[in-house]
Amino acid sequence: MKFAKKSKVAASIPTASMPDIIFLLLLFFMVTTVFKMYPGLHVRLPDAELVKKIPGSKRHVVSIWIDKNKQVVCDDFKVDKISNLRTLLYEKRQKDPQILVALKVDKESTMGLVSSVQEEMRKAYTLKINYNALRGIY
Amino acid sequence: MFVGKKKQGTVEIPTTSLPDIVFLLLIFFLVTSTIDTEKGLDLVLPEPNVSELKMAKSNIANILVNAAGQVQIDGQLVEVMEITNLIKDRLQNNPLLVASVKTDKNTQYEVYINVLDRLKKAWGDRPTRISIAEPEEN
Repeated sequence: MKFAKKSKVAASIPTASMPDIIFLLLLFFMVTTVFKMYPGLHVRLPDAELVKKIPGSKRHVVSIWIDKNKQVVCDDFKVDKISNLRTLLYEKRQKDPQILVALKVDKESTMGLVSSVQEEMRKAYTLKINYNALRGIY
Repeated sequence: MFVGKKKQGTVEIPTTSLPDIVFLLLIFFLVTSTIDTEKGLDLVLPEPNVSELKMAKSNIANILVNAAGQVQIDGQLVEVMEITNLIKDRLQNNPLLVASVKTDKNTQYEVYINVLDRLKKAWGDRPTRISIAEPEEN
């Protein structure tokens, strides 16, 4: 058999499926990323050994920041008077009974303010707390 | 002009830039996604306005932490390191033990978390029985 023309051997990887891969990756990230809703305060979290992830959905989490300058921020609201916290938390609890409060307290804070915040939480009946901490040994 | 070969029926979209796009997207997400720091120690606060539950004094371990970070269990001064083992021993004798933690206004938050961490360690995998005592009104 005579070959009319030279057969060109072009080794090219078929890239027809690339868009599919990109879209899959994109969809994956779109579904899994959770954007940080609130900037919060800058706090240095304490260390604890038995830190555990918040079980279940993160949608029920309300964050309260307490920094070393005794400022208190709840989600996107700056709390000037601690006694306002009780109504704020109560309203949040009305919207979502499964509320869980993530307390992000600076390691150098004193318990006075933390206890007041906890008392407000008790009055608002938001009893589930998670003290945010970094994994480590104090 | 004499066209030598047949015109191509299919039009191909050049896909040579697709890997670049994929890598760009990937690098974007690698750089912007942050590791979840929503980890911490769980706790459930006692309900409000509940007059002290009648418990036998023998079932309560009163843990006091003062401003200097010293820890007292039922009137006895203990080292922070010893907390886990002491409570573990008491738990073996009395599985219904409840640890009641009370802090001073000026107790360092870090110390409180450390005490909480060690108490949780004493219970291990079993459900913990830790209660936060109401702060004194002074």
